[in-house]
Amino acid sequence: MSAQFLYGGAGILLFALGLWSLLVHEALLRKLIAINIAGGGVFHVFIAIAYRGDTAPPDPVPHALVLTGIVVAVSATALVLALHRRLEQAEESAADAEGRSESASASSAAPPPRTPTERTPTERTPTELTPADLTPADLTPETLHPETPHG
Amino acid sequence: MKRDLALLLGILLALLAALLLWALHATLALEPGPRLAELASARLEETGVSNPVTAVLLNYRAYDTLLELAVLLAALLGIWSLGPAPAGYQRSGPALAALVDWIVPLAILAGGYLLWVGGHAPGGAFQAGALLGAAGVILRLSGEPSAGLPGEPAQRWLVVLGAGVFAVVGGGLLASGFGFLTYPPGQAKWLILLIESAATVAIGVTLTAAYVGGRPGSGTAHNGTGQSRTVQR
Repeated sequence: MSAQFLYGGAGILLFALGLWSLLVHEALLRKLIAINIAGGGVFHVFIAIAYRGDTAPPDPVPHALVLTGIVVAVSATALVLALHRRLEQAEESAADAEGRSESASASSAAPPPRTPTERTPTERTPTELTPADLTPADLTPETLHPETPHG
Repeated sequence: MKRDLALLLGILLALLAALLLWALHATLALEPGPRLAELASARLEETGVSNPVTAVLLNYRAYDTLLELAVLLAALLGIWSLGPAPAGYQRSGPALAALVDWIVPLAILAGGYLLWVGGHAPGGAFQAGALLGAAGVILRLSGEPSAGLPGEPAQRWLVVLGAGVFAVVGGGLLASGFGFLTYPPGQAKWLILLIESAATVAIGVTLTAAYVGGRPGSGTAHNGTGQSRTVQR
């Protein structure tokens, strides 16, 4: 009895922890791990209640259901991971394309970043910034992806 | 604000967990009622296997397992539809390569054992297929880009093998008057073994192909994204 409660109770705690992590964290990968942990908790409970500590053998039906559940969870996880990678690639290439179009709109074709002392004066007005004008220290997300287009 | 919300959620979920724990405790304190276990073991003789879990998976609830293989196949088709597989990893050094040379054949051997032992003890197609999949993952990690899988046409046949053989056996039984996946008593063992063998290969190939993570064949199409970015920096 107590062994079943310990194992099943651990499953319930895992389920609650996974659910909390799923709701609180924003990153997709964290959510995916959280769902898997919560699912693992449910599997624990199933396995724990299959055997009631008496003379009867463990119930094979919950065991088979858990086996099915594991396969479905693995399949769904694999698909979500593949989708996640494509999403990241799409975001990266979108960011790359944005950077390229910005440097193409500048008067010269994106030279390597220079220090402020080496900066050569051009026809541009001082307010106009291009990636070429930025030192590496300026490369924060705000300067790379400004809210409003400049110029 | 965000922190408060997380704290509130934590408190609510702790209450939920306490409620569930109480329910589990109360359930376990009760006298166990009638269970499917008795029903499952009563007719175990007729299922063709002596492991009750395998009997449930491939005889009593064979539909479940057929659809489970279909889920696995659907997930892989989803992964393949997202584009070609990324490039593999760098070749492993001699020590790891020697280890892989040992581990992969051992995993395949152990998979075959698990498949056979599933008839009368814990084991079966899914455990065996998982081992084959693990062997494929190890191969991929050690720098084998195809992860030991055959070419694209053969791979397509192998991944549908599990659900395909299952459905063909079921359909054949239906056509010969037994009902879908209702095995004739004398042949249940061999039909289950046939289905499980096909399922083992299919699960192993599907898991490995899912780990490779893209359509086979055109292989290293977008090698660029990962590597060119590191070169730029």
